[in-house]
Amino acid sequence: MTSFLNVIVSIVFHGLAYAMVLYVISVGLSLTMGMLNFVNLAHGVFAMAGGYAALWIMKTQGAPFVLALLVSALLVAVASVVLERLLYRKLYGAGELDQTLMTIGLIFMATAAAHFAFGPLPQRVDLPPAITGHFFVAGRDFPTYRAFLIAAGCVMFLVLWFGIERTLVGARIRAAVDNRSMAQCVGINTNRLFTTVFALGSGVAALGGGLGADIIAIAPGYAMEHLIYFLIVVSMGGLGSITGAFVAALILGIGDTACKILMPEVGAFFVYVAVFVVLLVRPAGLFGRAT
Amino acid sequence: MTSVGAEQQSLARGFRLLELLPWLALCASYVFLPELLPLGTQIIIMIIFALSLDLLLGYTGIVTLGHAAYFGVGAYTSGMLAVAGWDGPFTGLAGGAITAAAVGLVMGSIILRTKGLALLMLGMAVTLIFYELANHFPAWTGGADGLQGISVKPIFGVFEFDMYGKVGFAYAGLVLLACLVFVRHLVLSPFGRSLVGIRENTTRMTAIGVPVQQRRLIVFAVAAGIAGVAGALSAQTNQFVGLNVLSFELSGTVLIVLVLGGAGRLYGAFLGAPIYFAAQDILAKGDPVYWLFWLGLILIIVANVARGGVLGLCHSISLRFSADRSGQAERGKP
Amino acid sequence: MTVQDNPVAAIKTTNLRKKFGEIDVANDINFRLENGARHALIGPNGAGKTTFVDLLTGQVKPSSGTIHLNGKDVTSLSTDRRVRSGLARTFQINTLLRGLTVVENVQLAVLEQRDQGASVLSGKTAQIEAADTAYDLLEQTNLAADARRAISDLSYGRQRLVEVAIALALKPSVLLLDEPAAGVTPADSHHMFGLIEALPESIAVLIVEHDMKLVFRFAKVITVLVQGKVLMSGTPDQISHDPQVRDIYLGHRNHA
Repeated sequence: MTSFLNVIVSIVFHGLAYAMVLYVISVGLSLTMGMLNFVNLAHGVFAMAGGYAALWIMKTQGAPFVLALLVSALLVAVASVVLERLLYRKLYGAGELDQTLMTIGLIFMATAAAHFAFGPLPQRVDLPPAITGHFFVAGRDFPTYRAFLIAAGCVMFLVLWFGIERTLVGARIRAAVDNRSMAQCVGINTNRLFTTVFALGSGVAALGGGLGADIIAIAPGYAMEHLIYFLIVVSMGGLGSITGAFVAALILGIGDTACKILMPEVGAFFVYVAVFVVLLVRPAGLFGRAT
Repeated sequence: MTSVGAEQQSLARGFRLLELLPWLALCASYVFLPELLPLGTQIIIMIIFALSLDLLLGYTGIVTLGHAAYFGVGAYTSGMLAVAGWDGPFTGLAGGAITAAAVGLVMGSIILRTKGLALLMLGMAVTLIFYELANHFPAWTGGADGLQGISVKPIFGVFEFDMYGKVGFAYAGLVLLACLVFVRHLVLSPFGRSLVGIRENTTRMTAIGVPVQQRRLIVFAVAAGIAGVAGALSAQTNQFVGLNVLSFELSGTVLIVLVLGGAGRLYGAFLGAPIYFAAQDILAKGDPVYWLFWLGLILIIVANVARGGVLGLCHSISLRFSADRSGQAERGKP
Repeated sequence: MTVQDNPVAAIKTTNLRKKFGEIDVANDINFRLENGARHALIGPNGAGKTTFVDLLTGQVKPSSGTIHLNGKDVTSLSTDRRVRSGLARTFQINTLLRGLTVVENVQLAVLEQRDQGASVLSGKTAQIEAADTAYDLLEQTNLAADARRAISDLSYGRQRLVEVAIALALKPSVLLLDEPAAGVTPADSHHMFGLIEALPESIAVLIVEHDMKLVFRFAKVITVLVQGKVLMSGTPDQISHDPQVRDIYLGHRNHA
């Protein structure tokens, strides 16, 4: 009995940690897609870049983990602005197909670049001792790293929630997601706002990539391999909804982990069947706005 | 001069000499490039696959990243049929086509109710679910090791598959011809032209009494069936079916192939497949990684400045040079 | 023609209602369009005129009430089925296939009207005949000069004329014109007026308009819609002299 409980606790715990990583990476994509309906399949590239950058900074500069994460997030955010101005902006009015093609092209180029710069193998992660190991609660031991991830994810959600719901910038973002042309009519500079959100989303994704480097390995194929999961979080949660992305990430993270552990033969199905069912019933996602 | 109208009209003007080109190329390859015939067969299979996607994407405007599902269904169906003893070549093709079309009909009726990102995601989800199904039932599909031991009876009872790939190539070419004749007839028919209308403006089409969802579903099933033919052909000529026939990578590849050649112009597939394979061969010579880099760059360029692919570029160039800007619907002509 | 002569109306709505959230965009509308009518629907902006048209065509589903087309209950029929039952409309904003030529746009409508739009077998003949019919129609509507031009090459005003031509190609028994004069330059509106006046008497025409010149020149019956409710219906004379209508909509200007 207790061993079953143990399994459940273990599943929930690991699932939560995975979910938080998925969330932090995907929430930026939800916002940018919600604002502009732009099919950005290359979002994972920013997460990957964040992972590579953070690990590289830690290794070569000997920087502490958290500092490396923040610096890499900043670097990626800046780089994303450049990309947005140069590439993305040109295709805002274009159809789905062209956006899909361009972003797939970006993934390919980034994959090749990562392969060239860092080699084909997944990056080794040297986590700081503070968050490695285990800690004991209620007679059970929990891996510290995963607890850290859960905490980080929740903090990120709260920060974002507060930022979106309670600040002026957040209100503008919500307005632009709701009705872009109307937002422009009331004087919101949607272009600048979008660049800001894009940078924010990419930076947070980079943070997620670095944070989760030990769960989702940083390798050249990262962006393509995990694309499906990021898209599932976003489409299931509903474009433009940080709460939606959070709930979707939870469902996915915990559900996927649970199924893979409890029913290994059909484990992988869960994610795909889940998104299939959700999108059929609510094509706009759980928290999305039906158009 | 409208691209849509002009294309339709110029195709409809009857059989143009240019349309013979692919077949001349195929015959020439058979005669002069015997060592490349196995590769040629793969290219032909990809052409058929991309042609099916063209119906869906190029003509009807349904953007999907999940078309490999039907290729895979066709491949596994014909493979399993052959392994079970029904190893006639046309049986395999028919089995693959019908099964894929049926699956397409069912899936289409579900996912075509959505649009945009939801449609994209659902298409992908279907492919992934099938992938996992194939992975988890090795007794049927061979699982990760693939379905092996597929042998096919001689074509017309006479032509046995040889190890040089000559029969395979000719067989594939024949199937391609049949598929092209079919699709060409379809897109030039009133049905096909209504698809273009649906792509451009569904509100307008509904307003002239077109049951839009019904037509989209029909096209979806037909495209799935043709993809199934390509998959079946792949199983028969490779005598093997691996999990990759249901992969997301394959969905992406066929999309790239079609767009490179030019979607919505019927022959985009014929250009895109050889170009893709050739580019892959050339650019991946040193290090496969570089191939990915250049491919990515090409895609970005195409998405920005060459949306019509190679055929689109040709069309733009020909417009510049052509003095005669007619080619519209004339009295007494279709 | 009076109501008693034609018991079966071209269009009849009964207690038609549409709520968007808490707002009644269409509030208990009982409306009749008689056969062969020349009927205008007017009302201030936001009165719900286009929503009413969308309800009639099926683009919007009513919250309650029924719609009858030539005596047939079409309330649950999809838009394309209603079109095939004889109801055609034009749009307030041009909804043409911009990449095609004028004649190609009309040709598609002709093919569908003949139920050949989905044909795969006898396609070539059908398309030739449809093209011929399309040309004929364009000549009748004085649009033949533009037949082979792409829609995107036409002025906005001329595009609106093509909208009407396409609707006519569908051989409707009921024609709904949604602000046909909107955005049309004075030069082209002359053509539009002519087109509307030349519409066959067998077609029941409902025209939604703001252009009062067009309304009073064309309509024999006018219905005034205000905030989703029918204020009144009557002859142009009755409407233009009604004090309520004057206050709400016509303002204080005289309309002859």
